[in-house]
Amino acid sequence: MLLFRDLSFRYKIPLRAIVLVLVTAGTLTAANVMREYDQLRSDLLDNAESLGRVLASALITPLLHDDLWRAYEIVSLPVETEVPSALGAETLMVLDPQMRVYVSTRPRTYPVRSELVEHGPVHAQLAVELAALRPAAGGRAIELAEADDFFVAMPIVADGVSLGTLVMAYPKSIFQPRFLAIVNRSALVTLVVLLLLLPMSAYWGRRMADPLVQLADCMGKVGDRIPPEPEYQLYESRDEIGLAGTQLKSMLRSLREKQALEQQVIASERLAAVGRITAGIAHEINNPLGGMLNAISTYKKHGQPELAVSRTLPLLERGLQQIRDTVAALLVETRVQSHPLTQQDLEDIDTLLHPHTSRRQVALRWEGRLAEPLSLPSTAVRQIMLNLLLNAVEAAAQSSEVLCRVCREAGQLRVDVLNQGEPIAAERLTHLFEPFVGGRSEGHGLGLWVTYQLVQQLGGSIDVRSDAEHGTVFTVVLPVSKEDAG
Amino acid sequence: MNRRRFIGATLAAGSMCALPAVAALATANEPLRIGLTPVFLDDQAAFLNRWRTYLSARIGSPVLFVQRASYREISEQISARQIDVAWMCGYPYMMDRARLTLLAVPLHLGRPEYHSYLIVRDDLPEVGRIGDLGGKVFAFSDPNSFSGSLYPRFLLHDAGLSLESHFRRSFFTWSHRKVVEAVAAGLADGGAVAGYVWETMSRLHPEITARTRIVSRSPAYGFPPFVARSDLDADIVRTVREVFVDMRNDAAGAQLLETLNLDGFVPGDPAMFEPIAAMAERVDSR
Repeated sequence: MLLFRDLSFRYKIPLRAIVLVLVTAGTLTAANVMREYDQLRSDLLDNAESLGRVLASALITPLLHDDLWRAYEIVSLPVETEVPSALGAETLMVLDPQMRVYVSTRPRTYPVRSELVEHGPVHAQLAVELAALRPAAGGRAIELAEADDFFVAMPIVADGVSLGTLVMAYPKSIFQPRFLAIVNRSALVTLVVLLLLLPMSAYWGRRMADPLVQLADCMGKVGDRIPPEPEYQLYESRDEIGLAGTQLKSMLRSLREKQALEQQVIASERLAAVGRITAGIAHEINNPLGGMLNAISTYKKHGQPELAVSRTLPLLERGLQQIRDTVAALLVETRVQSHPLTQQDLEDIDTLLHPHTSRRQVALRWEGRLAEPLSLPSTAVRQIMLNLLLNAVEAAAQSSEVLCRVCREAGQLRVDVLNQGEPIAAERLTHLFEPFVGGRSEGHGLGLWVTYQLVQQLGGSIDVRSDAEHGTVFTVVLPVSKEDAG
Repeated sequence: MNRRRFIGATLAAGSMCALPAVAALATANEPLRIGLTPVFLDDQAAFLNRWRTYLSARIGSPVLFVQRASYREISEQISARQIDVAWMCGYPYMMDRARLTLLAVPLHLGRPEYHSYLIVRDDLPEVGRIGDLGGKVFAFSDPNSFSGSLYPRFLLHDAGLSLESHFRRSFFTWSHRKVVEAVAAGLADGGAVAGYVWETMSRLHPEITARTRIVSRSPAYGFPPFVARSDLDADIVRTVREVFVDMRNDAAGAQLLETLNLDGFVPGDPAMFEPIAAMAERVDSR
């Protein structure tokens, strides 16, 4: 039973169909056999009784004349017919009133004038039954449990006087060929039905099992990673399996959203932490650095440096300047004083980028424009767009196009920078906005970090999608304060 | 007895209409009536048709076969002149010889003789003679048959046995063929039968005779003859006798004789049946 429970529905359903068909066939066959038995039995008895009546009346004269041969010829008639009849009697015998055999169709077994009781216990019992038979009663069927035959007894009566009894024996096995025929026929029909039903039930089994297997496969794939929708296929319908599939789908969708949100939170927390450390270190460096640069400046103005010193001092100063630049770059700060963003700013960016685009033979296309000034610090926005566009131009494939789409949405400014070319690897995407991560050889690797910091400070969001088909898209959304929006 | 009454009725009816027919036979084209008894295998209707056609052509007048189930009916009919010729057993012929003329005697195995066979079931090997059948069931053919009744009664008489007490029961089958069938089936343990019929059956139905065994054969006696009523026109008697005697000389006749398992016919001599008459006298005067 455990074995059956573990079977796939693909096999369970056809197996159940077979069991159903067999049970049905068996029941119907049994019912048929029983009906046929009753029918045959009543046919046989009717037949035997009418035959017995005819024979009994034909036997009256030979018995009255004691014409043994004529009596033999009469009882032999039904037995000698060449056509094998299913309802043919096996043996007929005429008994005289003393229960002796007057004549029988098998005289070698039942000789003339032999006592009926001599022929074994069955016949002894038959003699008892026959003795109880009243002459006027007509034919009677006698069924003895231990006998191989049915007996039908018919009294031979002339003018109210009993001349003897006609006994006809029918083998009980007479029914067997009929039963066998019925069983054979039902077996054949069952086989045909099974042959038709098996492929059908196998098909049903597959139809039922496949969605469940899909469901199970899909659930099996859920682990650390939630499989994205294209990776699985679920049966869609409004039945129970379809509903389970739909439920699973929506469950996976919310799981996936939750996971994405968590990753986003982790990334921004990491960036925030990095930002805090960076700012802290930068401040700590900036103070002594300012002092050192001041000291060098004072020394250059007022001191008379020796030759050696005058040669090392600029070296020192350049080094410190570089440190100051780097730290300044890390310490991103939007200038408080900045005019609102206008279309002119965007055109300036285009102008500034021109040398790069012509060098890379990349076309820069603009989509959308700013109809009116926006209350966004132009310097910061310019730097953000410049950084993204410079990166895009550098990453763009030779002779391709870089698209910058600018559009005003309700309460916010949205900028998409799109380029075709090698997509950014997935593992780099997660750390893209961290300092010193840039994959390119040139530059200090702070461009996207600075961009991220600026967007954060403006209260906006930056997002990147990159794949081979659509290329790489950076999307920046910046909130625009309400009083200027109109 | 129903049978007696029936026979009486037919005799009365037959004698009234048959008389003028017989008188006219010599002059007009009246059919010659030949009565047949079960001294041979008389249940072959197609053969009888062929034989009748053959005889009609040879005699030059239509022939009618009259078949009856018992010897007595034919004997009575020929006595009443309802039939002209009959094939009957030598025993009734002798009993009624004053009114009968011997016409022809069949030849079986080249001789105008036959035997009475005492037969038993094939599963009774211990029986060697009729005396061994005490307490058994015995089948006779016809009460007026020599081989199927008179001879076995003679055997019992000779052995000092009584028919009524010797057998458990005995019965008549009214035909030699049926005696063989009764013994083969086991209805009777033993029976008496014309040897000619048993031999013919062993050719046609060996499966029946194989279930019987011949215990003893009687000496030779006159074969059941064809007889004519004594007042039949002598010319007709002569013509018919010649036709029978000549049967073996033409192809069609020879073929019919082959089916009858006979070799031919001879005119015969009434004296050859005298032993039967003597035996009847001995047995019946008991």
